[in-house]
Amino acid sequence: MLRFIVRRLLQLIPILLGLSILLFAWLRALPGGPAQAALGERATPEAIARYNELFGLDEPLIVQYLRFLGRAVRLDFGTSARTGRPVTTEFLERMPGTIELTIFAMIFAIGVGIPLGYLAARKHGSWLDSASVIGSLLGVAIPVFFLAYLLRLVFAVELGWLPGSGRQDVRIDATRITNFYVLDGLLTREWDAAWDAVLHLILPAIALGTIPLAIIVRITRASVLDVVNEDYVRTANAKGLATSTVRRRHIIRNALLPVSTTIGLQTGLLLSGAVLTESVFSFGGVGSALYDAIFARDFAVLQGFILMLAVVYVLVNLLVDISYGLLDPRVRVR
Amino acid sequence: MSSVPGGPAGAPVLEVDDLAVTFARRGEQATRAVDGVSFAVGASETVGLVGESGCGKSVTSLAIMGLLPRRGVTVSGSVRLEGQELIGASDSRLRTLRGAHMAMVFQDPLSSLNPTVQIGTQVTEVLLEHRDMSKSEAATEAADLLDRVGIPDPSRRLKEYPHQLSGGMRQRALIAMALACSPRLLIADEPTTALDVTIQAQILELLRELVVDTGTALVMITHDLGVVAGLCDRVHVMYSGKIIETADRHELFARPRQPYTGGLLASVPRLDAGRGTPLTPIRGSARDAIPWAEGCAFAPRCDNAQDDCLTEVSGSVVPLEYDGPGRELRCRHPLEHPPAPSGATAAGAAR
Amino acid sequence: MSALGELKRERIDQLAARAGQVPEGEGGVSLTRSALRRLRRDPVAIIGAVIVVLFLFVAAFAPFLAPRDPLAQSLLSDIRPGFIPGSQEGFPLGVDNLGRDLLSRLIYGSRQSLMIGVISTVLGVIVGMALGVLAGAFGGRVDTLLMRFVDILLSIPSLLMAISISVLLGQNQYALMIAIAVTQVPIFARLLRGSMLAQRGSDYAVAAQALGIRKSRIVFGHVLPNSLSPVIVQATLSLATAIIEAAALSFLGLGDPDLARPEWGAMLANAQAFLSIRPELAIYPALCIIVVALGFTLLGESLREALDPKFRR
Repeated sequence: MLRFIVRRLLQLIPILLGLSILLFAWLRALPGGPAQAALGERATPEAIARYNELFGLDEPLIVQYLRFLGRAVRLDFGTSARTGRPVTTEFLERMPGTIELTIFAMIFAIGVGIPLGYLAARKHGSWLDSASVIGSLLGVAIPVFFLAYLLRLVFAVELGWLPGSGRQDVRIDATRITNFYVLDGLLTREWDAAWDAVLHLILPAIALGTIPLAIIVRITRASVLDVVNEDYVRTANAKGLATSTVRRRHIIRNALLPVSTTIGLQTGLLLSGAVLTESVFSFGGVGSALYDAIFARDFAVLQGFILMLAVVYVLVNLLVDISYGLLDPRVRVR
Repeated sequence: MSSVPGGPAGAPVLEVDDLAVTFARRGEQATRAVDGVSFAVGASETVGLVGESGCGKSVTSLAIMGLLPRRGVTVSGSVRLEGQELIGASDSRLRTLRGAHMAMVFQDPLSSLNPTVQIGTQVTEVLLEHRDMSKSEAATEAADLLDRVGIPDPSRRLKEYPHQLSGGMRQRALIAMALACSPRLLIADEPTTALDVTIQAQILELLRELVVDTGTALVMITHDLGVVAGLCDRVHVMYSGKIIETADRHELFARPRQPYTGGLLASVPRLDAGRGTPLTPIRGSARDAIPWAEGCAFAPRCDNAQDDCLTEVSGSVVPLEYDGPGRELRCRHPLEHPPAPSGATAAGAAR
Repeated sequence: MSALGELKRERIDQLAARAGQVPEGEGGVSLTRSALRRLRRDPVAIIGAVIVVLFLFVAAFAPFLAPRDPLAQSLLSDIRPGFIPGSQEGFPLGVDNLGRDLLSRLIYGSRQSLMIGVISTVLGVIVGMALGVLAGAFGGRVDTLLMRFVDILLSIPSLLMAISISVLLGQNQYALMIAIAVTQVPIFARLLRGSMLAQRGSDYAVAAQALGIRKSRIVFGHVLPNSLSPVIVQATLSLATAIIEAAALSFLGLGDPDLARPEWGAMLANAQAFLSIRPELAIYPALCIIVVALGFTLLGESLREALDPKFRR
């Protein structure tokens, strides 16, 4: 198992190097190059020339790349042209919000998706089955930002049941420790702040969780349908085991293997893909910062955020692989 | 239809009477996979159900165990285990019997074991379900069971997963699970087909010892006449859902009466046949069968077939009739054998 | 965020390997023919095909079907901030915030949306297949190198990838298509390579080799044609992804700025501002996107079932 993990970690190195080369090249290829990226769109040619000289941008590319890599390893991606603050600081400040949102979205997707997919498979051919299949196809076909707007319009603007923007009501003066608002509220025992943060998470989490929900329903359903017909389920029944034991140990346990991969994969995607949802709900996470950076053409932020998000994505996928090894004994041995 | 008298130990463990299984799919014509099958198995007795794939032998075994899906499947007739009727019994009733009073060993040991659960758990779960045991007692008993079926180092094997065992070991483990509660009836559905030849012999030997030691009634489902020759006391040959010939093992090999049985025996290579003697295959395949209502299902492939095999004169199917002591036969033009049994070999008789 | 396009490496390989299993007695022409026969009997495939054909028809005959000029701003005087008139005489679905006929814009929009979907997918398939064929045909070091590159591309979530490309290439319809195409390239490369590797190891390819048939003939005459079915399936599904992704990029301000070409994604993104006044302005283009995406998805899924040996019973 340890060797498996070490090998997977070693496989990361070329991928991370490749990523850094791609994003280094990306910034050079931009009209105006890194100077513009650092100084913003309205920088004067003189300023750009001065900047290029100052930061050694007239040196050979390989030297520049190594310097970039050296800074990247220290998580130094320069400063935002829009806010003037270090890119990494902004990222770390905002990541907790995105993590919180992702967790809630996945709780929604898993909590609804697995039971629904399981029931659909058990009642194969029933109206519930058909409805969940159609629903899961629709869930993937709806543009996320449209769904987010719709949810906000109906449940926040029209009905007023839930807050429709931000992470916390402005009137609540909560103490910040970790920047995970719900966690902060629990740690400081400011229950109303924690509850308010949860309320703010509900609509964005549903919008963000819809695609994983649709996928989890489909995979769970297909997987249960596969497993029910497996020989070992017949063996379990031939052994006269109680229905609950057959379901728990022989059907659900095996059916969840492919689902667990999907869950991990989707979690990685959500952490990096909350741009659309977060911006609709003005949710102060990494995604809405990225959205602002796109409109402001804040290249330093774009470069740093995309690189760090890709690394997060790769790391989450690695965790998924490792946990799959823990779940399925057949993988472990290889 | 009468069932064959019980085995040597008196009242039969399993009595199957006029069993029929029909599969009905929506929008398709219903197919009758098993039709009017009757047989009985006594304690310590081994009965073979023999036939090509698709003849209904596996469906028969699943019907006995109550393992056929409920939807789209109709089972009729009677299956009695130690006198208790199983057809129509509730699911919970069947679950208390399965694993405890009747057990089954399947064809492919790898796919029949849950890949994500340790062997130990898969053995102890039967014990915990059917016998009043604590977990530690069950673990000890499981190790004993593995030891009994010839798995070396059982306590280590208990912690392993199916993919870590060899094919033969897996089948032994499955047999251990089947034997966990000393069932009165064991059904083995092609238990050696997926294994290497050398392992096959070991597994068959194991099954035979178990029958002798425990007095279990064994139903052996196979297409392999070698298995029949080595293991079975009595044999039922099935074709297209019906039993077409029943005989004791020695009788069957010496004097097959159904041309199909004769064909099966003739298509097995023999060492004592002269060099260059061609094998005699049966023409066509099981798919060429005609419905029993239109005559003898085997007639299209049969060398002995005559006009009355294909046209149903009496308006009923070819009956399964008494054919000498301990024998039954469903055929209008059976193979004839010279009265002196000593000289006849199966291969010679078939021609 | 596009989940359809985000297939993980292993998943892609798995699909590819599965498609490599050709059951005995079926291959080449008969395989395609039997797949078509299965498709014709599959109601899901029929629904998907009807949707797709319908929209293609609308796109092709847009000038004849649209009641008005999609660009003409009507002189309805009552358009003012906070009010956009709804359905009325001559404007069955009403007008947008600039007084342009919504129905005509939707009809013309199908052209641009489908074109973005088709061109970006075709681009993605061509480049991806080229990489996949190179890797699959040569194997060895070429394979390792190309697949490392593909792995790196796959390690960037597709939306982030599309954003970076769009920012780099600027705002125009070609940038949009290329950005979406780039996200598809690694998927098709992996898929085709995996499927070719499975085919190359298959008995018939080994048999052909044993018969002394030239390698290039085996690859292009046998292995490649037999490896295509997962690519066809994925391409159909990718059409749906591409159209949804184009909408997402429009929403992020990275769409086609040319107002002369109505496009559903841009219409939808633009209509968000008027969502509380006239939600139909967003709902109609969204419905178009959803229905078309659903059509391609249904078609793709039923194709997969028809072509995948695992589903044959």
